[in-house]
Amino acid sequence: MTQTKKSSGHPLDGLLRLDRIPHIWCPGCGIGTAFSSCLIAMKTSGIDLQKTVMVSGIGCSGRGAGYVNLDSYHTTHGRAIPFATGMKLANPELNVVVFSGDGDLFAIGGNHFIHAARRNVDMTIICINNFNYGMTGGQVAPTTPYQAKTTTTPAGNPERPFNLPLLAYASGATYVSRWTILHTRDLMESIEEALKKRGFSFIEVLAPCPVNYGRRNREKALDSLKIYQERTIIKNDAHPTELDIDFDRGVILGKFIDLDQPTCTEMYDKTCRPKDLLYD
Amino acid sequence: MTGDVACAEGGLAAGCLFFGGYPITPATEVAERMSERLPEIGGTFIQMEDEIAAMASIVGASCAGVKSMTATSGPGFSLMMENIGLAICTETPCVVANVQRAGPSTGLPTQGAQADMMQARWGSHGHYEIIALAPSSPQEIFYQTITAFNLSEKYRLPVLVMTDEMIGHLSERVIIPDAKDIKTVSRTRPKGRKDRFKPYRPGPDGIAPMAIAGEGYNIHMTGLTHDERGYPVMTVEAQYEMMDRIMKKVRQNLDDIIETEGYRLDDAEIVIVSYGVSSRTCLAAVDEARELGIKAGFLKLITVWPFPEDLIHRLAERVKGFVTVEINLGQIHLEVERCTAGKAPAFLVGHPGGTIIPPERVIDLLKEAF
Ligand code: SF4
Repeated sequence: MTQTKKSSGHPLDGLLRLDRIPHIWCPGCGIGTAFSSCLIAMKTSGIDLQKTVMVSGIGCSGRGAGYVNLDSYHTTHGRAIPFATGMKLANPELNVVVFSGDGDLFAIGGNHFIHAARRNVDMTIICINNFNYGMTGGQVAPTTPYQAKTTTTPAGNPERPFNLPLLAYASGATYVSRWTILHTRDLMESIEEALKKRGFSFIEVLAPCPVNYGRRNREKALDSLKIYQERTIIKNDAHPTELDIDFDRGVILGKFIDLDQPTCTEMYDKTCRPKDLLYD
Repeated sequence: MTGDVACAEGGLAAGCLFFGGYPITPATEVAERMSERLPEIGGTFIQMEDEIAAMASIVGASCAGVKSMTATSGPGFSLMMENIGLAICTETPCVVANVQRAGPSTGLPTQGAQADMMQARWGSHGHYEIIALAPSSPQEIFYQTITAFNLSEKYRLPVLVMTDEMIGHLSERVIIPDAKDIKTVSRTRPKGRKDRFKPYRPGPDGIAPMAIAGEGYNIHMTGLTHDERGYPVMTVEAQYEMMDRIMKKVRQNLDDIIETEGYRLDDAEIVIVSYGVSSRTCLAAVDEARELGIKAGFLKLITVWPFPEDLIHRLAERVKGFVTVEINLGQIHLEVERCTAGKAPAFLVGHPGGTIIPPERVIDLLKEAF
């Protein structure tokens, strides 16, 4: 949760649209923590904030773009990545950050995610994974654990969830990490690293949705944090195939992939432009 | 050159520097031409993963300050509707060419039609105004694509170039004038203090100046109903105010936007209304009718949306009737009928798609009905 009040001279004041606070996120929701970690990382990274844009899709996490005091774009459901791709390719000077949720990025937007990763579009994707569709009242998502209860899986989820870091890796992402909102320092450092790094960076942030997911799965906000503390294992460089989410066996966190590969724009310039047109 | 190539060239002449596309017959040649030409002039072409993404990418590119376009046909046009709505709501300029083919669904991919005209008007959800142009030759495609960019930049909305397979694939001589002789328009940009800028406060002309990403205005754009600051406001009043702006910027500038052409219309007793490739049918039909002693004239719609309601209304006061000629089973015909307000009968010469309408069918109807 973003703990910002108008009067309190919060360190993120410059980066928040204070005239839009209070935000819509529920008490105990994990999105705010992930969001403020992202803003702090933006500040500490030293990137040119005037040239930084935040693009979101639709959903609770998708509201992120509405609260950041940068050029910010709240687009259509699932389409934040292709919109951001257009922005980045049209003006490669922009630092492009996509902040959105698991349903938005991986159900309706899944196709766009894999292709942007394949192209290695230079952008940072921060995916808040709360295992369900919070905004619409808690429906099953492509990340909902097997057997978990949601409003559209009242008997339990009969499907298997995605392993998002594996999907990102297999699609060609050049930076992949996973943290929870309890691991704020690691999360901030990871976002900062991703922002400074060229190429397609993907950060999965596990965050509680106590109101819709937690309530139906006997997990209060504090229980989630306890699980994040007790049933996670930090293992940098773990192979993405080991990263299925199963809190009974322990969920692996860390930085898994960090590669240096030419970006979409670099490869386009090299391949498609006449040589005499290659300015800087 | 072909109409599709002329469409790409028109876009380039208008200043387009970004094309997000997806292959589809019969529009693919527009993308192919762009993929060759854009990197030469410092622009960017990208073939996206589908038409949803193609449309999203051009809205994004435009927000980043670059004139952008895409080209598609029926099935792709359907997929683009979602983000055409985003461009309408966020008031983002961009151009979409639809090289129409016969539908519904996959239809006749290699054969033309004019059956997406109502989809062009109403295909995205919600109520809105849109601009759609209908060229009838490769040369007209060239010029109308420029006009589409100019209107789009001026009024901050997506503009549709509703061409079709016949002229998209038709090869004719196209004259491309010197760049200095081509009038291009770019969106009005904000001036003054950045911290006081309101992204949706209209200027004196009713249109809000547009700040682009990276200039320090810290703007917010959303497809939610928003106020002048661009912030979401979930009230009836905010909806009213936003809708008022996006409707009025078109409704109050109809004279500037709407373009039509008349052929032997001054003394006409019967008005043949058409657009796009079917205009060619009508020119021939009017001459033939006159030879038979039928006083027909032709009204060619260059702008189809917004529809020239007043013009039809005025003509209805003095003529014996209207005949709409189009390769669908009655779309613009419905508009003509509506705008006559019962003052003159309206007939349709339609076709379900796949081929052009021969002038004889128009003559037959004229003989029968009048
Ligand atoms: S519904 Fe869930 S995800 Fe949405 S704001 Fe509330 S707690 Fe957060």
